[in-house]
Amino acid sequence: MAAVVEVSGLRKQYGRTVAVADVSFEVEAGEIFGLLGPNGSGKTTTVECLQGLRRADAGRLRVLRLDPASEAMKLRRLVGSQLQDSALPDRLRVGEALELFATISPGGPPWRQLLQEWGLADQRDTAFANLSGGQRQRLFVALALVSNPRLVVLDEMTTGLDPAARRVAWDLVSAVRDRGATVVLVTHFMDEAQRLCDRLAVLSRGSVLAKGTAAELIAAHQSETVVRFTAPPDVDLSYLSALADVRHIERDGDQTTVRGGGPLLARVAHALVERGIEPADLAAHTPTLEDAYLSLTGDPNPDGTS
Amino acid sequence: MRALRAMTWVELKLFVREPLTVLFVLVLPLVMLYVLNGVFGSQPDPSVWEGLPPIDFYTSAYVALAAATAGVLALPVHLAGYREQGVLRRFRASAVRPATLVGAHMAVTVLIATVGAVLLTIMSVAVYDAALPQDWGGVIAGFLLTAVAFAALGALLGFLLPTARAAQGLGVLLFFLFLMLGGAGPPTEVLPDALARTSELVPVTHAAELLRGPWTGTGWDETALLFIVTLLAVSVALTAWQLRRDGRT
Ligand SMILES: Nc1ncnc2c1ncn2[C@@H]1O[C@H](COP(=O)(O)OP(=O)(O)O)[C@@H](O)[C@H]1O
Ligand SMILES: [Mg+2]
Repeated sequence: MAAVVEVSGLRKQYGRTVAVADVSFEVEAGEIFGLLGPNGSGKTTTVECLQGLRRADAGRLRVLRLDPASEAMKLRRLVGSQLQDSALPDRLRVGEALELFATISPGGPPWRQLLQEWGLADQRDTAFANLSGGQRQRLFVALALVSNPRLVVLDEMTTGLDPAARRVAWDLVSAVRDRGATVVLVTHFMDEAQRLCDRLAVLSRGSVLAKGTAAELIAAHQSETVVRFTAPPDVDLSYLSALADVRHIERDGDQTTVRGGGPLLARVAHALVERGIEPADLAAHTPTLEDAYLSLTGDPNPDGTS
Repeated sequence: MRALRAMTWVELKLFVREPLTVLFVLVLPLVMLYVLNGVFGSQPDPSVWEGLPPIDFYTSAYVALAAATAGVLALPVHLAGYREQGVLRRFRASAVRPATLVGAHMAVTVLIATVGAVLLTIMSVAVYDAALPQDWGGVIAGFLLTAVAFAALGALLGFLLPTARAAQGLGVLLFFLFLMLGGAGPPTEVLPDALARTSELVPVTHAAELLRGPWTGTGWDETALLFIVTLLAVSVALTAWQLRRDGRT
């Protein structure tokens, strides 16, 4: 079966700003594929080109076997999307919006069901202008699903949602995939990407830095494990540096941090217990996608809000 | 077709929810007509208003003005706002052609203009004893042509102007220009020469002339017809060209 999305050598410039320099990736049917990267790295431009909302300057694009440039209308009927910068008429009510889009792109679940699923039942008669940021976001995702699309593009879906609402949204995205749709998820939240995405591509300055599963990215770009525990400052711990794969030990008062590779926690625990030290808070911090992302992009502030 | 119908229905509801626009388009012309009738009375004066009783002259002028106001005051603000806020993108992503959106807006505009025109006619005829049209078919055809032409002009402005604010500014400016120089205000015969010549360039002048012919039974004014048809053709062509350009970004 052909990939749902094939992108190779995508390039897009706005005037003299190169938004996307060289992006290639493939999305297989039924997966949740993440596009991760700091602000301005070209994520939105990439997904807009995929939907035929922008015309690529160069590169080969195939989405559901269609060419987004020449078959945009046909394609847009098959793709559900939540756009990053979009709006509805101020005075349009939630129920009316869902009904309108359900009429324009029929084929999906009854719109009243989406109203329920996305927690908008109480806002049915609320005008778009009076919705909170989170409610707008949920409405847009609900609108993306109204046609029962084969491909769903979600651009910063959970930006503006509170933590509880984010978790609900994650479950619903998983449910969308379980119903058979393929999902392209644009995000700058590491936990969201790690939790939801089967595979992802990390973008920076319009280019792909790395691709793979979260586990692959972590293994390839952040292999260091960190073990922490408390021990009285006067206890001698120098023997820990002789353990296999230990690279660095740092003591700050009674706080000790050991960095290294391999089964670090087991080795440190064994060495400590052998010498009669049994710290109650001994714990390992296993590397996360965020660690891998930081070492890839060198950007400590993925929101770009600094 | 289904999309166009659904969009038109929604846009109509949205229009009605804006009290200020409704007031401007539907109520203001009625008030103006009331005031003017008080000022000019009902005696024809051979030196002005083409020798017609003032109410007969002004009824066609205000019916034309209702069509023009609906086109240039409300429609450009809505479309420019849609583009500015990303509503257009939202619809485009759901495979709604911009032409469908424009079509829905134009349909609503023509409908509102028609309501305004009917209200004005009823008031003129029932309250001020204006004459009914001699040629109903001609008046209706002329009015629909006028309303569509001004709606097309409004759509063009909506796509050319960058923001809703700019559209609002230009809309109000055009409204007053149409009102003062389009025959709905002082009769052209009393205007200074320069202004009278300018009024020849104002579309409402020609739209009113177009309606006045069949209304009073003197037949079509060909210059007026040509002017309004040209307005329609140029507006549609430029809007289509602008939409094409937008689609290629
Ligand atoms: N319409 C536009 N006109 C000009 N520059 C743009 C436009 N949209 C985005 N850009 C620029 O292109 C780059 C990539 O933007 P974008 O694709 O929105 O990135 P992201 O979604 O990753 O934040 C940024 O430098 C941005 O300023
Ligand atoms: Mg973006």
